[in-house]
Amino acid sequence: MTWLWLDTWIVVVGILCALSTGLLGNFLVLRRMSMMGDAISHAVLPGLAIGYLLTGERTSVWLFIGAVLTGLLTAFFTTWINRNAKVEHGASMGIVFTSLFAIGLILMVGAAGNVELDASCVLFGAIELTPLDVAWQVSLGGVVLEIPRAALVLSVVLIINLLVILLFFKEWRLTSFDPDMATANGFSAGLMHYLLMALTAVTTVAAFEAVGSIIVIAMLIVPPAAAHLLTDRLVPMLIWTALIGIASALLGHLAALTIPPLFGFEDASSAGMMGVVAGCLFTLAALSTPLRRRT
Amino acid sequence: MESSEAIWRTVLLLDYNTRLVVLATALLGLASGLIGTFLLLRKRSLMGDTLAHATLPGLSLAFLLFVTFGGSGKSLPVLLLGALAGGGLGALGVLWIRKYTRLKDDAAMGIVLSVFFSAGVVLLSMIQKIPGASAAGLESFLYGSVASMVLTDLYVLMGAAIFATALALLCHKEFRLLCFDEHFALSQGWPVRRLDAALLGIVTLITVAGLQAVGLILMIAFLIIPAAAARFWTDRLDLLLLISALLGAVSGWLGAGLSAVLPKAPAGAVIILCATACFILSLLVGRQSGLIWRVYRQTQLKRQTTHQHLLRAIFEMTESRPESAVTQGALAARRSWTRRELCRGIRRACKRGFIEATASEEWKLTPLGIVEAIRLTRNHRLWEHYLLEYADIAPAHVDHNADTIEHVLDPGLVRRLEARIGKLYPKGHGMTPDLPPSPHQIAQSSERSSS
Repeated sequence: MTWLWLDTWIVVVGILCALSTGLLGNFLVLRRMSMMGDAISHAVLPGLAIGYLLTGERTSVWLFIGAVLTGLLTAFFTTWINRNAKVEHGASMGIVFTSLFAIGLILMVGAAGNVELDASCVLFGAIELTPLDVAWQVSLGGVVLEIPRAALVLSVVLIINLLVILLFFKEWRLTSFDPDMATANGFSAGLMHYLLMALTAVTTVAAFEAVGSIIVIAMLIVPPAAAHLLTDRLVPMLIWTALIGIASALLGHLAALTIPPLFGFEDASSAGMMGVVAGCLFTLAALSTPLRRRT
Repeated sequence: MESSEAIWRTVLLLDYNTRLVVLATALLGLASGLIGTFLLLRKRSLMGDTLAHATLPGLSLAFLLFVTFGGSGKSLPVLLLGALAGGGLGALGVLWIRKYTRLKDDAAMGIVLSVFFSAGVVLLSMIQKIPGASAAGLESFLYGSVASMVLTDLYVLMGAAIFATALALLCHKEFRLLCFDEHFALSQGWPVRRLDAALLGIVTLITVAGLQAVGLILMIAFLIIPAAAARFWTDRLDLLLLISALLGAVSGWLGAGLSAVLPKAPAGAVIILCATACFILSLLVGRQSGLIWRVYRQTQLKRQTTHQHLLRAIFEMTESRPESAVTQGALAARRSWTRRELCRGIRRACKRGFIEATASEEWKLTPLGIVEAIRLTRNHRLWEHYLLEYADIAPAHVDHNADTIEHVLDPGLVRRLEARIGKLYPKGHGMTPDLPPSPHQIAQSSERSSS
């Protein structure tokens, strides 16, 4: 195994992705909306397709805006069907995102003709290719750092998430643990819900574009869930999430480089491996805390 | 118009080439509609999503192993067995997390989904590096392609769908108990955990069976949408199962027919959009809780409430001086109804012959109206007396409490109230011997109109 600058960047991008999604994931897990990441990841397809059809470019701000808008629409429709049609939350989410995904598939295949914007590229992404897309060159004491676009995008997203969480920490904590009391005390649980949804949509879409969706879905839920097993308090939970996310990214890439050669393969998908390692860390966390039987 | 004819030929099974495909997809829809109902009632709809994603590593591993041992990797039974194993393992994972940690269902499903799918992506990335072995066969599992199915695939799909339907019908009584009262089932000695596992087992089976037709990602929609749509039509489980299975079958039928005519559009997506159309239709016009019916019933109830309030208001205002009229202003001051509401109520009551105008903006009850008003007032006061006597509510508060219930008192209940309350108040009061006196003061029309 040879470690290159490339590998460092892959790990850095992975860590940035884990941090920015994991932070939000804590609140999603506490609010029992863990499947939202998966739903948004499928539901953004029509947004991407329409953005592509309007501009004819694969990478443009319009694609991003379209995707974020459909992500928000998913949250909105889910709540609407849940409230007005009295369909259970999980089911209404399932109805909305599968329908949107189907529309997206048809738009892409039907209208775009040949699928230049490939569905599987949106779904799997390629964290391995991120270092090749250099956005910015900095020279630091003779060493030239070629900062990938993905790292830049994810850093911005991370900073935005950190700022919003710091700003609304009290409100989110209250609305996550006890929405009724929060409403009674004059905090708008609905507003906080949509703010969280908007941030989730922006983060997931930005991260899909950079690293592919599977790692985003995994990092959104698995580290926070593991952290939730280890502690009851929100701040330690956030810190545990960050630690587990960092460990998953680093160990995941290492595993992707070292394990496949044992079976005669060159390497394997780093994004997938990061998810698998996060799963292993979750199992460790589950086993290290006293298991309890629920009746 | 050639295309519309082609659509009809396909949908009506006249076209030999697509007949079997359409039938198989309809059967799949029937089975998943049936089983999806149980999942929906158990609030586990997204379980199908998790299981579908969890099949990917099993699928890929089976492919890898098969290639390693010299096969082409495209043997359907082997792939399906692998998928079944992956899905089963995923189901066990969810049950394990639910049982031994404090995480909730949603987190358990999310974790299994993402970790298993990650493993699948890792394996897929390895498969793609095998020289010569194209993973193209696996692609069709992701998005579904009805067209690529050969005859044996169709037989496997139909067999699995029929088998799953039979199993679900066989265990129908047990699943019903599981869905509606898990704890009761537990206390009655039913093996709830095993039943839970059996349900997930059937879901896995049907998910794997549907992978090739509608694809991994959209299979879940088949499990959720027909069941959720059927909820708008009925509250009874037997009917729910029937309607859900029917809707599933119809969406499969139409979707497969349409996608056979439009070969460019992905089959899974077309089928799911047919199901979504069914859902939206049900959401709007469903007889039990569809939006249009709900709005209609609410308006009817509101109209009736206003009508009854109006008659009682006029009656009570003129109780001491029967046959006298009240002004619209006095009526408006009596309750907090809007001007429009009051005008409409008056117009409707006039039309039905309960009240008549004596002068402009002045109204009195007709003989018919008096009979009806006495009945309504009686219900109201009986309930007031009941509340005073049995619920210990202060006299000043009973009026409002009775206001909300008086519209739904049925004759049987009124008779029972009479039997209980009848002896509590003096008989033969005023012109109406059957009418109990009001337990609280009522503003009379003269006082209001003079002020």
